[in-house]
Amino acid sequence: MAMTMTQKILAAHAGLNAVVAGQLVEANLDLALANDITAPVAIGEFEKAGAERVCDCDKICLVMDHFAPNKDIKAACQIKRSREFAIRNRLTHFYDVGRMGIEHALLPEQGLVGAGDCIIGADSHTCTYGALGAFSTGVGSTDLAAAMITGKAWFKIPAAINFELTGSLPAYVTGKDLILHIIGLIGVDGALYKSMEFTGDGIKSLSMDDRFTVCNMAIEAGAKNGIFPVDESTLDYMKNRFKREPKIFTADKDAEYEKTITIDLSALRPTVAFPHLPENTKTEWDDIPVHQVVIGSCTNGRISDLRQAAEIFKGRTVHKNVRAIVIPATQEIYLQAVQEGLVETFIRAGAIVSTPTCGPCLGGHMGILADGERCVSTTNRNFVGRMGHISSEIYLASPYVAAASAVAGRLATPAEVIE
Amino acid sequence: MIVKGVVHKYGNDVDTDVIIPARYLNTSSEKELALHCMEDIDPAFVTRVKKGDIIVAEDNFGCGSSREHAPLAIKASGVSLVIAASFARIFYRNAINIGLPILECPAAAKAIGNGDSVSCDPATGTIKNESTGETFSAQPFPPFIQNIIDAGGLLNSLKK
Repeated sequence: MAMTMTQKILAAHAGLNAVVAGQLVEANLDLALANDITAPVAIGEFEKAGAERVCDCDKICLVMDHFAPNKDIKAACQIKRSREFAIRNRLTHFYDVGRMGIEHALLPEQGLVGAGDCIIGADSHTCTYGALGAFSTGVGSTDLAAAMITGKAWFKIPAAINFELTGSLPAYVTGKDLILHIIGLIGVDGALYKSMEFTGDGIKSLSMDDRFTVCNMAIEAGAKNGIFPVDESTLDYMKNRFKREPKIFTADKDAEYEKTITIDLSALRPTVAFPHLPENTKTEWDDIPVHQVVIGSCTNGRISDLRQAAEIFKGRTVHKNVRAIVIPATQEIYLQAVQEGLVETFIRAGAIVSTPTCGPCLGGHMGILADGERCVSTTNRNFVGRMGHISSEIYLASPYVAAASAVAGRLATPAEVIE
Repeated sequence: MIVKGVVHKYGNDVDTDVIIPARYLNTSSEKELALHCMEDIDPAFVTRVKKGDIIVAEDNFGCGSSREHAPLAIKASGVSLVIAASFARIFYRNAINIGLPILECPAAAKAIGNGDSVSCDPATGTIKNESTGETFSAQPFPPFIQNIIDAGGLLNSLKK
């Protein structure tokens, strides 16, 4: 029976030779993740079940990133609860302020996830690791509690949509534009319950950071996971990082896809998702004044993203009506940005640079929007009230577009600023 | 167990950020979360909702974040059942895992209106709009899923 890449990974982790779409399986997990918001609920369920210790202290990872550094007393108490749980269970992978970064940038960087893995995380953007050729998906806190106890999770084997990529991205067009284009094409439930499998010659032109961004937003099309095949770029990335042996799975040539959508990367343009859904994508717009710009998050807080933003900010200044907030996703990325002079470029341009945190992406802290304010953001969701007041507006875009908009004081493409 | 209540009706793509905004996620207390349930889509919901009431929505209910706080807030606000044309997958799984009854039924989601009185037996999937007399049938859960819901959630069901 021919299988997709996702199906092969799930079959291998369930100890089966073959699986078909719709089949229920129980799979062994390589890693289970939670953050400072979802861990306390999972810990509550874990205790409710009468469990005392996690099944494997190397396979449970807790990252304090959403409301950390502690934004208020309640957040501080939640983080304290997670910290005490980690200490009690001797968790190898507990990341607190000073070592932490935004979870989905941190785990690949630290080599905790890699090709062939089966991973769940109590965070919807756990699907990011598909960029490495892993099966990874978001779950809730109760599923995570069960995984902490058993090391396993049940899955319904997903059907798949094949996205065949051809050509290569033009200048100033990124993985963010690609995934926004796709969500605009198929809608926020266009891949509901399904895998988004990326294939085709165009893949080799996408950097690993582009691929992380693309898989990160698979959930924004309702998908269970997004996944790229493993190639030289993947192996290079994992070299000296990934602690285990990568397992390379490839889709069968005659694997069954519900449909194939071909995308010519060279035809893409800077793409922006307008309020209040990621599917409201546009490539042209009228004058839209902007009050805030955020460059960061698990979607676009990696070093290439910061380099792209700095390329626009170099020798230019942030518009007087705009607050520009740059958030490197991890300590390693932050340090690299300092060493490469990117942080100096941001500060000279009049942007601020923050310690790693999810902060403003989900309206937590570090840049909440007032009524009627507009924000161009490299984050992943532009739902009503996501970053603050319910009448505020979020425009999702690439780091190039976000930086260009910060300079122009209105939603702008890089070309408008550079010329 | 038959549930019966007044319907609070919503449209497509009701996301977890409007069900329970992240600014309230600094707690995991169900009672506290319930005070802000649906706040960013329907600020009067918490004053209107009565024990047993039913939420009916169209496609992709619960899209967005994995926060289990969303179904927890709905359940703790007294809602007995959520009917939608379709659910986002993480919300769907979370609702089952915490024991919040949900049913997928596009016909019911389309026909039932705000304020209608609806009764339903989640175990059989039969939905009746008491206000109009119309009936609908949704695919009921297989027994192992129904057991989880009846036990009040996944970990409660494991304890038994």
